[in-house]
Amino acid sequence: MFHLILKRLLWMIPTLFAISFISFALIQLPPGDYLTSYVTALAETGEPVAEEQVEALRRRYDLDRPFMIQYLKWLNNLLPFGFERQDTGSYWRTDAGDFNWPSFKWPDLGMSFEWNRQVTELIGERLLLTMLISVVTLLFTWALAIPVGIYSAVRQYSWGDYTFSVLGFIGLAIPNFLLALVFMYLGYSFFGISAGGLFSPEYQDAPWSVARFTDLLAHLWIPVIVIGTAGTAGLIRVMRGNLLDELPKQYVMTARAKGLAPWKLLIKYPVRVALNPLISTIGWVLPGIVSGSVITAVVLGLPTTGPLLLRALQNQDMYLAGSMVMILSFLTVIGTLLSDILLLWLDPRIRYEGRDNA
Amino acid sequence: MSGILQEEEPSEHIYTASQWQLVERKFRKHRLAVWSGMIVLTLYLGALFCEFLSPYGLDDQHLEYIYAPPQRLHLIGPDGLHLRPFVYGLKGIRHPQTLRKVYVEDKSKIYPMQFFASGPSYHFWGLIETDIHLLGVEEGGTLFLLGTDSLGRDLLSRIFYGSRISLTIGLIGVTLSFIFGLSIGAISGYYGGWIDNVIQRLIEILRSFPSIPLWMALSASLPATWTPLQIYFGITVVLSFLGWTGLARVVRGKILALREEDYATAAVLVGASKSRIMTRHLLPGFTSHIVVSLTLALPSMILGETSLSFLGLGLRAPITSWGVLLQEAQNVQAVAMQPWLLTPAIFVVVAVLAFNFVGDGLRDAADPYGR
Repeated sequence: MFHLILKRLLWMIPTLFAISFISFALIQLPPGDYLTSYVTALAETGEPVAEEQVEALRRRYDLDRPFMIQYLKWLNNLLPFGFERQDTGSYWRTDAGDFNWPSFKWPDLGMSFEWNRQVTELIGERLLLTMLISVVTLLFTWALAIPVGIYSAVRQYSWGDYTFSVLGFIGLAIPNFLLALVFMYLGYSFFGISAGGLFSPEYQDAPWSVARFTDLLAHLWIPVIVIGTAGTAGLIRVMRGNLLDELPKQYVMTARAKGLAPWKLLIKYPVRVALNPLISTIGWVLPGIVSGSVITAVVLGLPTTGPLLLRALQNQDMYLAGSMVMILSFLTVIGTLLSDILLLWLDPRIRYEGRDNA
Repeated sequence: MSGILQEEEPSEHIYTASQWQLVERKFRKHRLAVWSGMIVLTLYLGALFCEFLSPYGLDDQHLEYIYAPPQRLHLIGPDGLHLRPFVYGLKGIRHPQTLRKVYVEDKSKIYPMQFFASGPSYHFWGLIETDIHLLGVEEGGTLFLLGTDSLGRDLLSRIFYGSRISLTIGLIGVTLSFIFGLSIGAISGYYGGWIDNVIQRLIEILRSFPSIPLWMALSASLPATWTPLQIYFGITVVLSFLGWTGLARVVRGKILALREEDYATAAVLVGASKSRIMTRHLLPGFTSHIVVSLTLALPSMILGETSLSFLGLGLRAPITSWGVLLQEAQNVQAVAMQPWLLTPAIFVVVAVLAFNFVGDGLRDAADPYGR
């Protein structure tokens, strides 16, 4: 088991490097850079743009350098171990002129052109809220999908099963943003409130406190339901299918014949077996939730990473966009790893297979 | 030996159903899937004949009827029962308090519905010029069954035209994923070794990207100077960028398993070439799986296109897809004032549901061990 986890951890390193390269290349793909779109935007408002000034800015942000150099610089800044940028702007020479040895440092995600602030500063709280929403959504999905899945399997072809199946399929087919719009419409037309955002206006910029947290919880349920619906629907199908495969097996009948109470039996054996494939799906549930939350956040106006990413992509704010795609992918990789470890811990069969292979 | 064979051959008259016949028979039993299949067919037929089906052209503006609500069809008028459904004339007046334009039915004017009515002229499939539309009303009347948008364009007609883009973008995307997935998966599974290792790692990396941010980044990178057609193909490439990975995995797994089967070994022993073993012996073993994964990949592509276009990163006007139509319903105010702008979403949901059910039915039908 230890070997397998170590192997997975080692695999993460090349994976993350590849992800960083793809993210950066993607962001750099559009022709032009932030300054060209900035200049066009300025020109549209009729303001004159000094050519030399733009060139100076371009040099300052290395936008005139080749792609690989830009990438390596960004990567170096991103890593917790690397060449620290000196006050003179050089990476190789210390201020005293000696060779600058790589060392441990704080990861630097770069600057956002548009906001003229550090990326870390910009996305700090947004990232936390994104993670909070993702985790709560995951819990909500599970808390709903597992009991409903068990019910649907045990009472197969009952009215409840049909109702849940139909609801589940509809949940899968409704795009996230549509559900968000419908919720907002209902809130607007029936209660006259705006369902958007995560905080009431008075807590928008307030420092963290118990009151702000309760306010957050009061707003959290709408995005959680909106983002979680598709995942819940999918998980109900998986849970129901798995349990239906287990229920007719002989060990279930044996336990029944020996007089084990139906509920006790159900929870102790078949449900446990049926849960395994469910856990292995965290790997794809999590990217799904992160993806879903991006669009939902744009519609609902949540202060998470989604709207910021959309804006950054549209404005070619490359360090902001690149770092955000990178962080979201990083979280997904970690999530997949966690689900693998959880599965290893729960399912002895995989543990033994792993030992053979290692 | 050959004599015995020749004698036996004519006497054997056992009926054998091919794999596909068996699949078809099983599929027919799956009611929901069959009905969904019909819905899918209807949608595609609608897309094929959209010029004829829609009462108005794609960009016909009616500036005196901006944001007109859906017109209702009536059977009973002030003068009693009518044989043909009819609509009343539409009259725009200013709301006395809000000063917004609101529309009321002008009960003095009755326009019966006409089949094969003449309306705005169009080039059917770009070839034949005609002005026959399935539904229409007399000159002077209007037929906005789903209302109009901010430029007074008939929403129903735009949905019909939009289905052309929305439904084909998935098809082309799936075809692209199919080509990539099949060839890359086959290479990975058949050659094994380091090639397999590299390809599998690449797939793992691509799959660890959250799809929407990746799609967003890719579509944002399409140059704004591209023509609508180029954007259309660009978006399909974007959508299939992740789609092929799933298929490649299925194909690889199947080839790895089937390669070890006795009949594959037998084919190697009698000296069949690699490509022959691949296409003649291994491929038929997993075609049904491919068909199923393709059907199930379609709805996610339709949803992907709709979401991207809705955010303004996908297709842009003048191309009209369901997602582009939904852009008008982007904020609560618009939805609260003009709820009919959400109707394209109903078509999205119906199409996605239908595809899902067909895929489910196919999966059950293609499984030779299923009950």
